[in-house]
Order: sequence, then C-alpha cells, then structure tokens
Amino acid sequence: MADVIKKATRESYGETLRDLAEEYKDLVVLDADLAAATKTGIFKKAYPDRFFDCGIAEANMMGVAAGLAACGKIPFASTFAMFAAGRAFEIVRNSIGYPHLNVKIGATHAGISVGEDGATHQCNEDIALMRTIPGMTIINPCDDVEARAAVKAALDFNGPVYMRFGRLAVPVINDRETYKFELGKGVVMRDGNDVTIVATGLMVNEALQAAETLENEGISARVVNIHTIKPLDKELICRCAKETGVIVTAEEHSIIGGLGSAVAETVTECCPVLVVKIGVNDVYGHSGPAVDLLKEFGLSAENIVKTVKEAVKLRK
Amino acid sequence: MDASIKKDLQKKACKVRMGVIEGTYNAKSGHPGGSLSISDTLTYLYYNKMNVDPKDPENPDRDRLVLSKGHTAPALYAVLAQKGYFPEDEIKKLRHIGAMLQGHPCINITGVDMSSGSLGQGISAACGMALAGKLDNKSYKVYAVLGDGEIEEGQVWEAAMFAAHYKLDNLVAVVDNNGLQIDGAITEVCSPEPITDKFEAFGWHVITMDGHDFDDIDRAFTEAGTVTDKPVAIIQKSVKGKGVSFMENQVGWHGTAPNKDQYEQAMAELNAQLKELED
Repeated sequence: MADVIKKATRESYGETLRDLAEEYKDLVVLDADLAAATKTGIFKKAYPDRFFDCGIAEANMMGVAAGLAACGKIPFASTFAMFAAGRAFEIVRNSIGYPHLNVKIGATHAGISVGEDGATHQCNEDIALMRTIPGMTIINPCDDVEARAAVKAALDFNGPVYMRFGRLAVPVINDRETYKFELGKGVVMRDGNDVTIVATGLMVNEALQAAETLENEGISARVVNIHTIKPLDKELICRCAKETGVIVTAEEHSIIGGLGSAVAETVTECCPVLVVKIGVNDVYGHSGPAVDLLKEFGLSAENIVKTVKEAVKLRK
Repeated sequence: MDASIKKDLQKKACKVRMGVIEGTYNAKSGHPGGSLSISDTLTYLYYNKMNVDPKDPENPDRDRLVLSKGHTAPALYAVLAQKGYFPEDEIKKLRHIGAMLQGHPCINITGVDMSSGSLGQGISAACGMALAGKLDNKSYKVYAVLGDGEIEEGQVWEAAMFAAHYKLDNLVAVVDNNGLQIDGAITEVCSPEPITDKFEAFGWHVITMDGHDFDDIDRAFTEAGTVTDKPVAIIQKSVKGKGVSFMENQVGWHGTAPNKDQYEQAMAELNAQLKELED
C-alpha cells in the first residue's frame, strides 16, 4: 500500500454530525466540555444554536438528552467513553435505556489508544457495560468510512445507540464508493477456511494484516468485521464457527464482557468451538504513545498471527 | 383562590390520598408518606394549572411533569386515574405482576411523561424537555417534582447549573420539603439545608409555599408563571403522611404499606375528611 490514508473515527463523528444536520432538523448535539476532543466542535462551529455544552457534568448531560428525546429531538450526547459508559452508566440505563429513548451516545477516546493520558482515561470496559442494557445498540466502527455510515445509521434508527470512536488516526480500509452499512450485520472482509478472526474497531485492520501473513504461512484465515456488537450477527458467527471450527476474537477492549465474550456466548449455544480472545487482559493501561501501547497490550497483527497459530494447533 | 374551586381541589386531593392508601395497601408495599405530602400539589397542578388533556395525552404542546421523586408514584397514579388517563381500578393492581402501574413511574403508562425513580435523574430529563420547548418555540411548561432528601444527589445540582445557564424559565422544580428521608430527618442524615439559599446561589428564582394550602399553592405557581430568564424552584413545606393521623411526620411510613387495620383506619379518616368537605 503506497499512501495509506489515516483518520481518527472521532473526526468522522464530528464531521458527519455537521454534514447531516441540514437534512435532520431534529438533530442536536450535547457535549461535556470536550468539544475540541470529541470533535463535536466541528458541529458547534456550523450550528451553534443546536449545540449545548453541559459542562463537566456527564450524568446531567445524559438526563438532558433523555428529556430532549422524549420531546422529539435526536440528541447526540458526546464525551469520552470512560464518562459516557462509566460515570453516567446508571443514567444511561434508567433515563435512556429503560424508557427506550431515541438518544445517540457518541463515546470517543475509547480503549487503550487514548495513549498518554493513561489508565484513568483508557476505557476498556464500555462495551461490557453497555451490552448489559436491554435494547441498547452498540456500534464500534473500524475506520472513517464505516464511522460516517454508522452515524447515519444511528440517526435513521429509532432507539438508544452507543457509538464508540477512537482518538488515534487509523487507516481507512473500506472503499468509500461501494461501502454499505447494515446495522446488526457482520462483514466478511476476507474469506478463509482454517480459522475465523472476528474483529471490531481498529483491530479489523490488524486482523486483515494478520490474515495476509497467515496466508503466506499456509493458514487460511477468514476475517469478519463486527461493527455492530449489539445486536450481534449471531447467524454469521455461528456459520463461521461451523465452517472454520475455530475463532479468534480481537478487540481494543477488556477480554471480559466485550466482543470476545459476546462471540463465545453465542457459539456456546449454536456450535461450541474453540474461541480465543485477544483484548486487554483484565489489567489497567498506562501512559505512553498509542501505537506502542497497542503493541505492548497485544493489540497487533503480530499477536493475532501468533494467537491464531496457537489456536489452530490447539484445535488439532 | 375562588372558594368553590378550592373546595373542589380539597375533595379531589382527599380522593388522591385514598388512592395512595388503596394502592399501597393492595400492593403490600410502596411509599405512602411522601405520596401523601405531595398529593395536594399534584392535584393542583393536574386540575388547576397544567395544560393537559387525558383524551390527548401525547399532544406535543402539553405541559409535562416529571416525578423525579418517583417512589411517590401512588400519588401521581391516583391523580391520573381520577383525571381519566386510565381506569381507577388499575390503582388496586399497583406493583402486581402484569399490571400497568409499576412501582416507579414508567413512560409507557398513559399520562406519565418520563420514567423516573432513581433519585436525581428526573430533573435532568425535565431540563431536556424544557430545552426542547425553547428550541421549538413552544409555550409548554415543565414541572419537576423532587424530594428534599433527593436533592442530596449531586446530579440535581448539575441540572440546577444547567437550567440556570440556559435560562430555562419554562421549568419549575418543586422540592417537597417534608423534612424526612429513609434514615431519619434530613437535617440529621446529611443535611441539604439551606435549600432556598442553595437554589438561589445556583441562579434560580426561589419561592416558598405551604404544600397543603391551596391558596398558597396557587399564589406560588402564579408567581412562578411570571418569572422570565430563570428557572423557578418552589420549596414547599409539607407534612410527610399528611391526611392520615398515624402516618403524619413519621419516618417509618416512608416505605411501608398499611396493614388491614391501618388501611381501614386510614380510609375511615379520609372518608370523614371528604364527608366534611361535601357537607
């Protein structure tokens, strides 16, 4: 690949909100003093009258979003994943989830790739938390193209949606012209017979690179991109379990409660096969450059290759 | 207030109190104390103040009420039933399996504007509703009803800051200052006092009223309607358990249902009060 275009999905989020505001008159944006970082500042600049800063008060922001939605608005409540899913969990559960209100949560700075800010801000638990809320849709896009499509899909869907975006610029891997986003549907990015790598977010690109390396070493790896973690594309996951017999999951999230758990829970009920999880291994992160942290915590193509080889061996 | 209107409200409030006792007795659980302290105010709002129509409960232009102190749902349900939002016999099924009336307010119940009950959250939702009204240039009002113990929740003050910052003068928060919470007197548990000073400091227009005097309630809400550029907090002095002699000012009646004897005594007292009003 000659010129790899990289872009952080938080940028895609802010720009798409701005781009869709004209068409969607009820769209309003809330932030909690992080507009420059979550990139909702892009929307604010274009539509200052539809942007409301709630200050450093995420609990109230989620409640305000609920009230706006109860009156027909489509609020995008934006903050870091740590505060959206962590700090405000119970408000999201009781004021948004329980009444099933049409609130979109834009959670940026998810995962370890927050980098230098360190453990307090590296949220590796948000998918696990949000998965437990009945009726919550969870989208974790892998690149700019998918992130833009996800925001549009969330707008067109009536109900609460948790969208997870990253701080780090990541390669654009989807084709802008041909890409189609279908909520709740996994995408087979590459076919293979020996193993399925089920990845989400920035790990999709790592999985594709890993599959390339594995191919050269005689292992045919299928790569499935799960952008919608809930509702999970169970049909596809079960089919992959049946067809490839072993699954390796890869996510920038704790191995507890995230994509890996969701996949394991699913295949247990339809086609019990070996599921090996790659993720943050029940530890806190720490400060450092994002790229180095991803490597250190095993969130790399290299570690996927190693893990797949072991998994394939274990199966035999 | 016109004497006949006042008497009518008193009678309606007495029936609301009967609904509170009926509901909690049949549920064998629930929160009669705080339901009885807010009964007069809810009766006033739904019958004399709010622009609402039980035949058109989803009207986007209607006034809204968020019972942020959601555990006192029996009072809200009793008002809504009496007003015709749903049949009154639903009250007897409160908290039962399969019943419409949940232990705490749920948005799916006809006439209920917001799910609530996890304390501190309702006022934020009310802020969002008020903001939506401003955005759409609508003239509806939003009422948030809070407990005095509830305002110990930090989220209430996040919302208070927000409402003042965005000049939500279409928002009225009522704080039911009955002085008691589960563990005892609010001043002994972890005092939220001085309540009026706090709301004033947060930029609200503050009004105090007697929560059991319809003339005073009318005065307070009339004043609230004249305020511009600021949200309004009405701090109502009230009696927990009001209207049932053995429940009044007793912290133990926060979350305890009456047994058969207590139910009969309470209903006899309320019937006597109603009869007196009707004579």
